[in-house]
Amino acid sequence: METLFSVLVGILFAGSIYLLLSRKLVRILLGIAILGNAVNLLIFTAGRLTRGVPPIIPIKSYLPIEATANPLPQALVLTAIVISFSFLAFFLVLGYRAYQELGTDDLLDMRVAEPKEHSEPPLGY
Amino acid sequence: MNTLIFRTVAPYLSALMLLFSVFVLLRGHNEPGGGFIGGLIAVSAFAIYGIGCGVSAVRRAMKFHPMSIAASGLLLAVVSVLPSLFLNQPAMTSQWLAVPFLGTKIDLSTPLFFDIGVYLVVVGAISSIALSLEERAD
Amino acid sequence: MAATKTTVDITAAMVTEAVPLADWLLVAPVLLTMTGGAISIIFRKKSAVQPWIAITTIALVILSNVGLLYRVLTNGVVTMVMGSWLPPFGIAFTADPLGALLALTASVATLCVAVFAMSSIAENERRYGFYPFLLMLLCGVTGAFLTGDIFNLYVWFEVLLISSFGMQILGNEKGQIDGAVKYAVLNLIATTLFLTATGLLYGLVGTLNMADIAGKLKAFDGSGPVLGLATLYFLAFAMKAAAFPVNFWLPASYHTPRLVVAAIFAGLLTKVGVYALLKVMLLLMPEGRDWLVSVIGIVAIATMLTGSLGALAQTDIRRLMAYLVIAGIGAMMAGIAVGNEVAVSGVIFYSMHSVLIMTALYLLVAFMFQMSGTFSLREIGGLYIRTPLGAGIGLILLLAVAGFPPFSGFWAKLLLVAGALEAGHGWVAAGILISGLFTTIAVGRLWIFAFLRGGNEHTVDGIQALPMAGCSDSADISWSIWLPLVVLTTLIFVIGVLPETIMSITDYGAKTLIDPSAYIGAVFGGIR
Repeated sequence: METLFSVLVGILFAGSIYLLLSRKLVRILLGIAILGNAVNLLIFTAGRLTRGVPPIIPIKSYLPIEATANPLPQALVLTAIVISFSFLAFFLVLGYRAYQELGTDDLLDMRVAEPKEHSEPPLGY
Repeated sequence: MNTLIFRTVAPYLSALMLLFSVFVLLRGHNEPGGGFIGGLIAVSAFAIYGIGCGVSAVRRAMKFHPMSIAASGLLLAVVSVLPSLFLNQPAMTSQWLAVPFLGTKIDLSTPLFFDIGVYLVVVGAISSIALSLEERAD
Repeated sequence: MAATKTTVDITAAMVTEAVPLADWLLVAPVLLTMTGGAISIIFRKKSAVQPWIAITTIALVILSNVGLLYRVLTNGVVTMVMGSWLPPFGIAFTADPLGALLALTASVATLCVAVFAMSSIAENERRYGFYPFLLMLLCGVTGAFLTGDIFNLYVWFEVLLISSFGMQILGNEKGQIDGAVKYAVLNLIATTLFLTATGLLYGLVGTLNMADIAGKLKAFDGSGPVLGLATLYFLAFAMKAAAFPVNFWLPASYHTPRLVVAAIFAGLLTKVGVYALLKVMLLLMPEGRDWLVSVIGIVAIATMLTGSLGALAQTDIRRLMAYLVIAGIGAMMAGIAVGNEVAVSGVIFYSMHSVLIMTALYLLVAFMFQMSGTFSLREIGGLYIRTPLGAGIGLILLLAVAGFPPFSGFWAKLLLVAGALEAGHGWVAAGILISGLFTTIAVGRLWIFAFLRGGNEHTVDGIQALPMAGCSDSADISWSIWLPLVVLTTLIFVIGVLPETIMSITDYGAKTLIDPSAYIGAVFGGIR
């Protein structure tokens, strides 16, 4: 099962890197979204997979009845999901603003901060 | 989107969702649920109300600015960390207090207040993003 | 299995004895900044009280960090576990001399920026949340310096990252949005790489507590997975620290935000990357560092040369400063490549110096802009006549960044070079010195043109500068601009004249990093 998931993680990483290498901002944002999911799946797989036994201790007992799924990766993934979710929300707003203000979603045309022609520095004292 | 049916249903639907979000929040201590997911349900309630009846109606209904809600949630979460300071215990050690209420006992605990803080932070922060996006779409 | 059991042995998993109140100093900076941030969001419409909320909070954070540093120096590494759960179950906050010293320096730099911003951040930008963002940034930075859990370190990285995004676009100008796109995307990819490595590390050793990882990784004895993880961490943190060849986002974005914002970015953010690199490479995976040593060395020298040569090639003073940040990162990485006690002590000294000097330099640029109205090396000039005190401060800061005695940068570089020679890495020492030479040329030219020259580049010698239109006179500069500049300059001078105290702290910090037994012992107490 872990092998299958590792392959899936690899495919997700490959897809996201392909999208990240694009010049279009929207594709980069999609790449970031997929990257976040790829990492979440990776953490989940790294914590070893167990089927069907949630790590919840029944009322009136102090220990789980049988071996349960590892709860720590679940907590890590939850944290990472929260963070990647809020970042994606921020990026969507930022990307939209960038398109509005700069009139392009092509990274090669985004040269306001680094203009192509700039004066040379003074060459002597 | 802005049909008569949706506009009529939206207030009731969002009221129901808000109630459910509180249920999920309080259930979180022993069962799956908690502040974050409860907060997200509450934000979707506000978003649906916003789609149906307009953003300004949501802002009126929320009474406080979303950022103030988020800030007060953060404050509540910080405060819930502090009680163990006075008991010579490490930070965030949970403290429990059983309060008798109408014949039954209610367990009040610092994790509960921390979770309520998280709920408020999520409601405030995400709804402020969602509302500003909805405003732009108008 | 154990469903019938009704009692559990709580002492195996939880702290049961009382902890001293002083241990709360570990979490106090985080709690204080969160409280301050929340209060200043609530008061966001009262822009007159906002700075004072922030300044009070940061002053309290400084006091708490002084107490923490004192405690670390007297009692050794201090640790506190959240929720009483013993390590490795609970998240631990652990302060070693390195973390405590950097947390203190970072809060001092933030206080200077908070004061400086009183006059240079416009009213509506305060309303958009400059001070809350500043406090949350400090929260993330001190949290990163004080945590003892690697996943928690990732969380603090994200806290400081999201507040830095907010600060980056304060002002909503076209250039800022352009810079923010590049800054945000690349930094997010770096932290995602960090998270990837952390997930794999958890899969390998099954723990996230740094002391526990350091102990458990020894059993792997430099096997393939450890080396792979070390490389992944190196790439992630090098990207955060803006090392060559992943440095391009820094000069593309640091000149776009408000200069006070750039000051706090240049002072704190890259240093968090260096700090994480120190922790991971020296404390957690020394075998990984040994394996990567030539890569780190080459990357370090390339970073130093990119930084110093890049600084020479700039016309815009703000971009010149961005390249100086990169040159400093290169010097710190060189110390990590050398890796003996003297060099690591030098890295810690340098990161502390770099926090102060880069903050001060960006504030100086803001001051120079206010006096002259331009960022161009060709247009600027005549500042010495208009503000002799400013010229003096400028000279001290620029000499300090180039590494001249008697200022703090000299001792940092001295330790680095001495460490490199001691370890037989003459080429690293040569790289540091050559990069220092180029930096000296770049900053020397800046000082001569901006301060000494009578006016812009067409000025004939001896002609006095006329007051320029649209810029302030020396007398108009408010105290809130002078005070942070003077305080930072004094600190840099005092550390340069009396380096022994700082050096004893950095030596101690280097010892704790290289021999982790004290660190591991402090976290696990009597257990191991």
